[in-house]
Amino acid sequence: MNNIKTFSIGGIHPNKYKLTTSSPIIEAGLPEVVYIPVKQHIGAPAKILVQKGDRVKVGTLLADADGIVSSDVHSSVSGEVLKVEAIEGGSGYLENMITIKVEGDEYEPFIDLSKDISRDISYTAEQIIQKLREAGIVGMGGAGYPTPIKTSIPEGKKVDCLIVNGIECEPFLTADDRLMVEKAEQIVIGAKIINKALGIQNAIIAIDENKPQAIETLTKITKTYVGVNVGVCATKYPQGGEKQLIAAIAKREVPSGKLPVDVGCIVQNVGTVFAIYEAVMKNKPLYERILTVSGDACKHPANYRVRVGTPISYLIEKSGGLTEATTQVILGGPMMGNSVSNLNAPVTKLTSGILMLSDNLAGKETEMDCIRCGKCAQVCPIGLEPFLIARLMRNNQTENLREAHVLDCIECGCCAYTCPARVPLLDYCKLAKTELKKKK
Amino acid sequence: MDQVILISMAVLGGIALISAIILYMASKKFSVSEDARILEIDAVLPQANCGGCGKAGCHDFAASCVSASEKEFCKLNCPVGGQSVMNKIASILGYAAVKQERTVSVLRCNGTCENAPAKIMYDGVSSCRIANHISSGLSGCPNGCLRLGDCVKACPFDALHIDKKTGIPVVDESKCTSCGACVRICPRQLFEIRPYGSNGQRVYVACRNTQKGALARKNCKAACIACGKCSKICSDISIDNNLSYIPSTIDASQYGEDLVKSCPTGAIVLTTENTNEQY
Repeated sequence: MNNIKTFSIGGIHPNKYKLTTSSPIIEAGLPEVVYIPVKQHIGAPAKILVQKGDRVKVGTLLADADGIVSSDVHSSVSGEVLKVEAIEGGSGYLENMITIKVEGDEYEPFIDLSKDISRDISYTAEQIIQKLREAGIVGMGGAGYPTPIKTSIPEGKKVDCLIVNGIECEPFLTADDRLMVEKAEQIVIGAKIINKALGIQNAIIAIDENKPQAIETLTKITKTYVGVNVGVCATKYPQGGEKQLIAAIAKREVPSGKLPVDVGCIVQNVGTVFAIYEAVMKNKPLYERILTVSGDACKHPANYRVRVGTPISYLIEKSGGLTEATTQVILGGPMMGNSVSNLNAPVTKLTSGILMLSDNLAGKETEMDCIRCGKCAQVCPIGLEPFLIARLMRNNQTENLREAHVLDCIECGCCAYTCPARVPLLDYCKLAKTELKKKK
Repeated sequence: MDQVILISMAVLGGIALISAIILYMASKKFSVSEDARILEIDAVLPQANCGGCGKAGCHDFAASCVSASEKEFCKLNCPVGGQSVMNKIASILGYAAVKQERTVSVLRCNGTCENAPAKIMYDGVSSCRIANHISSGLSGCPNGCLRLGDCVKACPFDALHIDKKTGIPVVDESKCTSCGACVRICPRQLFEIRPYGSNGQRVYVACRNTQKGALARKNCKAACIACGKCSKICSDISIDNNLSYIPSTIDASQYGEDLVKSCPTGAIVLTTENTNEQY
């Protein structure tokens, strides 16, 4: 086994709360209606192709990528399109969604539903990227950057290392962990596919120490595949951040304002890699994903395979319903996720978990005055000074924010987690980022 | 022993004298001459440094008054000092005093606890700008007041307070100088600087919701549904993007009551001189 790697500056060790490590992935089943947002990625919203009353099948193209930085959106169920209009999303703001009434479960004929593993990669790099585009694959770790763009390397740049991100450092979430245990070989083949598209022979599957089962399974399988290795990382938050992972595995630093591709690395989440395998080998568009429903107020925590567009309330019902103790429902992990104000909001391609937290974990904390202890600067994995950013933001000194490099913030939340005065540093950083982007 | 004291006094005295001469010469050589009128105007200004005039502060405003031609001077106004200060500045500069209209800030939202009841519980950071990021707000209206009082904190004149009953901020007209701090801070652009109006009468649409009527009404009883009834009374009223807007040029004393009566949801508000007293 390789030496244990990690990034050098900052980081914290929150409680793990991995309640569902040993629960196998189960089918969530079909809800009565699904709401499929047309923007589930970074970039322009997709152009809607269907109308009210249209009949769709699983895998039918609903909306077409509008421009280069955009992504296709497919139907996740079969049935009738009820509405194509803006309805309330998770935050309460309106989002354009396609509402589909579920009837039966018919698949588009081009999807290969066989269970056997296809190992022979006979496609060229262009064909692979074309297939990824048609399947609407986006980064499923949370950012939602369209994968075909990430995989096509701009001219003049050279990539020599693919890192498959199987860290999942957020507390509670175990979806990636379970995926690595149950679909290990598919992930390795997925990594080979991206390697082929990039024209390289070097992929490292990064897994953190506290996933022994995943490490064991993948180490065994990678022995039979040339060019794919397992790299073990220390259990530290935010080890799963793109830049932190590159620092740990490739020992390279991504400069401020640059992308991983500038230092010759590409990072893909294991969920994305699995989706890439299914898209290329099985012609399956991205219409379902694995997610964890958990939390200390959740009756039956579990890992589900969920169709995109399934309402959150359906999954909560499936996991024992909304308990009395629940004070907050969070979409994503507890460190980076957002609490939702509308439980009918759908699961998207980017939802890695649904958490029901009780007062113990999500209780209100009173903000006190900053005591200049500097803990936030110590734990910031980018090396920023969150206390300074918070002060600038509070005093509206937006002109000085750029010098504080707030745009490099990865919104990991280490600063707010560690602050003894309970200053909402992360919220200030997020606010500062939007203020700056507005100014541009 | 006496000699030591005498020598040190002489040496220190000498150093002091030489330094004084150098400082005097430096102050003469590097002195910056400023128009005396700038200081004079600066002394008249309220020194609130609020930025309501659009300049970086009171001194900057004084400097631009001096450098402005008579034509440009008409456009300059210190909203805090008002007419009396502008008269004084005009007399210092020797220009004719320009009549400045009194303006005041109005809140274009009527999403009170009663009109727009809370659907969710928010126990995050008590700041509208942060809450605006996370959620559409307690009532679900994506354009309405978030009731967390960033404007109250931003107001340098203590003219804004959250009404405990309604949950939304109230402008204290006697204190409001229309400096625009609330306009700049509100993440939903709910404040607007409008003319005070004759006898304090102003008529405006207290809603900024651009959703379709049915959707807007779901979250707030007092939402503008863009029915267009007000625009039939006065053709200057424009309806754009599912929202009606009453320009400040419309005479509130003439049309005000009719407009309020015409609005089926109560989104149009007519203020009177006594409006403030009811709070």
